[in-house]
Amino acid sequence: MKPAPFAYHKPQSLDEALALLSEGAEEGALILAGGQSLVPMMALRVAYPPALIDINGIAGLDAVEVSGTRVRLGATVRHAAFHDPGFLPEPLGPMLHAVAENIAHYPIRQRGTFCGSLAHADPSSEWCLVASVLDAEIELRSAGGERRLRPADYFEGPMMTLREPDEMLVGVTLARPAPGTCWGFYEFNRRAGDFALGMALVLYEIEDGVIANARLGLGGIEEHPRRIATAEAVLNGRAPDEAVFAEAAEAAMAEVEPMSDATTSADYRRDLAGTVLRRALAAASRRTTHEAA
Amino acid sequence: MSGATGVPGSLVGASVGRREDGPLVRGKGRFLDDLGVPGCLHVAFLRSPVAHAAIGVPDLTEAAAMPGVVAVYTAADLAPLLPGGDRLAVALPSSAIAFALDRPILASGETVYVGEPVVMIVAESRAAAEDAADAVWLDFDPLPVAADPVTALEEGAAPAHSGLPHNRLAEFGFDYGDCDAAFAAAAHRVTGTFTVDRGGSHSMEGRGVLARTDALTGRLEVWSSTQTPHALKKSLCTLFEREDAAVSVQAPDLGGGFGPKLVTYPEEIAVAAAAVDLGCPVKWVEDRREHFTSTTQEREQHWSMEMALDEDGAILGLRGSMVHDHGAWTARGLNVPYASGMMLPLIYRVPAYDLKIAVAVTNKTPVTPVRGAGQPQATFVMERLMDRAAEACGLDRAEIRLRNLVAPEEMPCAKELKLRSGRPVMLDSGDYPGTQKSAMAATGWHGFAARRAAALAEGRRLGIGMANYIEGTGRGPYETVTVRILRSGRIHVATGAAAMGQGLATALAQIVADHLGRDPALVDFSLGDTAEPYGFGGFNSRQTVVAGASADAAAKVVRTRVLRVAAHLLEVDEDELEIDGGLVRQRNGNRSIDFARLAREAEGLPGYDLPGIETPGLMATERVVIDDMAYSNGCCVAEVEVDAETGLVRIGTLHLSHDCGRMVNPAMVDGQILGGLAHGLGNALYEKMVYDDEAQPLSVTFADYLLVTSAEMPEADILHRETYSPLNALGVKGVGESGVIPVAAAVASAIENALSDLGVRVDFAPVSPQALRARIVAAGQRGQANGQEQGAQS
Amino acid sequence: MTETIAKTEISFTVNGRPRTVTVEPRKTLADTLREDCGLTGTHVGCEHGVCGACTVLVDGKAVRSCLMFGAQADGAEIRTVEGLAEGEALAPLQEAFIRNHALQCGFCTPGFLMLITGALDENPDIRDEELTEILSSNLCRCTGYRNIIRAAIETAETLRRSRGAA
Repeated sequence: MKPAPFAYHKPQSLDEALALLSEGAEEGALILAGGQSLVPMMALRVAYPPALIDINGIAGLDAVEVSGTRVRLGATVRHAAFHDPGFLPEPLGPMLHAVAENIAHYPIRQRGTFCGSLAHADPSSEWCLVASVLDAEIELRSAGGERRLRPADYFEGPMMTLREPDEMLVGVTLARPAPGTCWGFYEFNRRAGDFALGMALVLYEIEDGVIANARLGLGGIEEHPRRIATAEAVLNGRAPDEAVFAEAAEAAMAEVEPMSDATTSADYRRDLAGTVLRRALAAASRRTTHEAA
Repeated sequence: MSGATGVPGSLVGASVGRREDGPLVRGKGRFLDDLGVPGCLHVAFLRSPVAHAAIGVPDLTEAAAMPGVVAVYTAADLAPLLPGGDRLAVALPSSAIAFALDRPILASGETVYVGEPVVMIVAESRAAAEDAADAVWLDFDPLPVAADPVTALEEGAAPAHSGLPHNRLAEFGFDYGDCDAAFAAAAHRVTGTFTVDRGGSHSMEGRGVLARTDALTGRLEVWSSTQTPHALKKSLCTLFEREDAAVSVQAPDLGGGFGPKLVTYPEEIAVAAAAVDLGCPVKWVEDRREHFTSTTQEREQHWSMEMALDEDGAILGLRGSMVHDHGAWTARGLNVPYASGMMLPLIYRVPAYDLKIAVAVTNKTPVTPVRGAGQPQATFVMERLMDRAAEACGLDRAEIRLRNLVAPEEMPCAKELKLRSGRPVMLDSGDYPGTQKSAMAATGWHGFAARRAAALAEGRRLGIGMANYIEGTGRGPYETVTVRILRSGRIHVATGAAAMGQGLATALAQIVADHLGRDPALVDFSLGDTAEPYGFGGFNSRQTVVAGASADAAAKVVRTRVLRVAAHLLEVDEDELEIDGGLVRQRNGNRSIDFARLAREAEGLPGYDLPGIETPGLMATERVVIDDMAYSNGCCVAEVEVDAETGLVRIGTLHLSHDCGRMVNPAMVDGQILGGLAHGLGNALYEKMVYDDEAQPLSVTFADYLLVTSAEMPEADILHRETYSPLNALGVKGVGESGVIPVAAAVASAIENALSDLGVRVDFAPVSPQALRARIVAAGQRGQANGQEQGAQS
Repeated sequence: MTETIAKTEISFTVNGRPRTVTVEPRKTLADTLREDCGLTGTHVGCEHGVCGACTVLVDGKAVRSCLMFGAQADGAEIRTVEGLAEGEALAPLQEAFIRNHALQCGFCTPGFLMLITGALDENPDIRDEELTEILSSNLCRCTGYRNIIRAAIETAETLRRSRGAA
């Protein structure tokens, strides 16, 4: 199928883009960044925006700013940027590299963007999980002003966020985990590159032999990825071992309210929630052991 | 007559490089959508979004006024353009069919599956045609739906078509021997119910058609991405009431076929009608979403079976029933359920057999053969039963099979079954136990227990499984081949056989060139040629067998004529001559003459005698008739790893020992098998058309319908055995569907083996992680309950 | 939807040759190449970005040309399957495909060739496992992939050797 007709704009500056967006938002004009989710929806005529505002020509939008405590990614930083584990300082660089390897396929990663994933808000989006677990700051800008939202205040449901139609997601800021933070990521899908049926991202520090500052989240299970506070609470203050991980997984399984669809039931997703979390925790603990050795 | 292929120096048996490859790797293939014709218009179809709906008369006012729209057609508009009728009456004959379900070119009054074409829009671009399709006003008022074939057969079930009394299109069966006596005498009985799900073919290129009328001759010229140009031509001649000479059909390069492109489709007729009506070229190219709903599909069957065995594990009888999902229209006939029922007991000695088949009409895309055509389901059911029989008899799964396989000394082996033509089934040749043993040796079948134990110590669950299969190939009666040496000296082969990517031209070039100087580069082709009045095309793994036989015979005749003319002109004995490339020369002498000169001389000159021949030309047409089928066979062994916590299955290794008779081109045989194995792996674990209760398809993109990718496809070990078929001069059997047939059965066997301590049964395919995990959890709970019971007792 | 949207003029180079075409904004890069540049070697297999038959190189990156609009390629350098061979001489990857019987119907082949070319251009020292993972981006229904994997790995080795020799 071919997309329905639309007007195409290629602004050269952010202000120009925001002006076009504010003009067209009411009729449904959309920002085009990587287009790897939007264009298939247009080709299937599920989405038919009357106008697209292509931001790929705006200089500087692909900027990456690294400070002592934070990393800011601009709107057109692509998934492929993370193919290089050294793209960001440790432990963020290797962690996001490991996550990015699970995002769709290589040619999709060449064009798709980090911020575009947050704007699209697929429940199985790896970057939405990363943003949730790292408590990212999501920058929304319109011709009228700017606001910054935390994931808990931004994600609303499957492909639904609290971004207003005249707002553009111009960047995202991630807090840098402390050096020595243990992390683990595990994604379950049926084939390489498929949307996750369940995934978990875990970070924790070890202080005096016990877990501190545990941060973990699940994606692909519920209507949007989020941190699972009860499971974090199980971990903090405990020594990392299989029994504790199993307990955290039990807590997560009890807390989640999984989605259900034609091919994947809520029960199976709940079951997977426990498994992917245990496996992500095991991966994190292997990293501790490895680094200690 | 078993052994290595061929004669020294023979092209048949050599992995000759494919002549198809050069243009294809340069992007110079000529697929249907690549054919550019000036002034060509483009088609989009408005299709039913509802599985069963009453429809009124479409309001086309807005659509017709859209920019770029040239014409809009409903069923009523097409009828006057099709004097021979506006339905496709293409069902293979069978007395078991209760009522005709010939599908209309465009639906009117009622639609019976999602994707059924209702309105055809012709516009200056495809995009404009799609815009107009969105602007057609038509209410689809939902009617009760027959979504599930089993419930569709129940009393009082909603009919899939409003006019039908019920959904039982056909009830027939297979019955020989005394099943009652066999079961009464049995030492062991095993039972099972099995479900195989619906999937698609998914050639990477969808269907497509381009039609125009020639301004000078008035001839209707059609190019279609079809496996059967002759069948399409026949339908066009019938529906347009045109003679053979007034219609031509050609198949350009095909981007894969895999079965469904053997069917003649409504879109092919509708586009031709628009071209005739508008007097200009019209093209329609199927998009992937259309392929998911309107290209035929296959495989959904529900079996309930019982097997009787004696105490040594010999099969005494096999009985049960099967429900086959036919879809909404009869686009081919009963051939798929017939093949399933016929193939089920074929490879083993089964003295008594009683199978009752019910064919259910449903509100889903029509069903016709997809690579394998009913045989994968039969193999799945039979091999699952063999595993259960092994367990009941306390035998190794391999051993019970060896005890029951038809033995080489029984060949040719008459079976108490009939082909759809009514001819008795005769297994032509093969060493089935030997094939299985070679697969076992290659995989280290007996050493697996140790590998399994070692893996288990690391917390990994491995399993091994096996499946024997047989493939009916070379469906007759014939395929026409004309071999002719042209005035240029090149060899031209024209045939009704149609290429769909397997390398047919290369194989036929090898066969023909073997008799005519052994230079395959000298051979040119017209494949799928409807200038030849009699032909069939590509399906049923038939072409190397039937077209190969005719090509071999025709080339031999031409060789005789070449030598006669050459002997006459060179004034030497034929015995003294040999053919080398395009040259005929004296074996021990210096006289020679080339094909170009011979061809010109053989045509004759007015007033002169023909040069050493009684009829003119270096040409022969052969239609070698082969009524019996050549049976390829094989044994697949799969090793899997099961992640019991998620239900995910990964394939460790795949081995296939197979016998397709003499191999014309071993590299291409490997290619056919590898592709088949990948498709089979899809059927085993991934490929499933998902429908909701209203028969609305939910898996209509490649993100939802999962094809195997390179990451899931393991390295496969293929072992060749060559038992020449006695049915044709070359000794060949077909191989196109072999790979796909045994994989789901072997993988299911391996999964059960990996989970044998839990007693998990795998009686369905594909095996999704969710479904397998549910069985594992249930088995665990069962085990726990048993444990508690035992604990209470002790 | 009935209002007509103006076509836009775009310029890019394809296989080194400059081209200027006028297209509707909604036309994908795949259709632009096929219909407006006459380069039908780039195939359209699904139009939803999954099968990879339409893979081309845009500014050196292997991308799905069905998930980009032609208008977005204004000013870009594009390579398609037609640009792989130099005259009669096939590229090593094309030769490896033929040698390894890595194609049957050939419909998916251009996409695989461009995917592998892009990956090897980006990282000539790519490990076999990475290359195999990248190959899972595209679908093929005929070959069962193993021969495609062999052809890709063999080409990577050939290119490494020839670099080493140079």
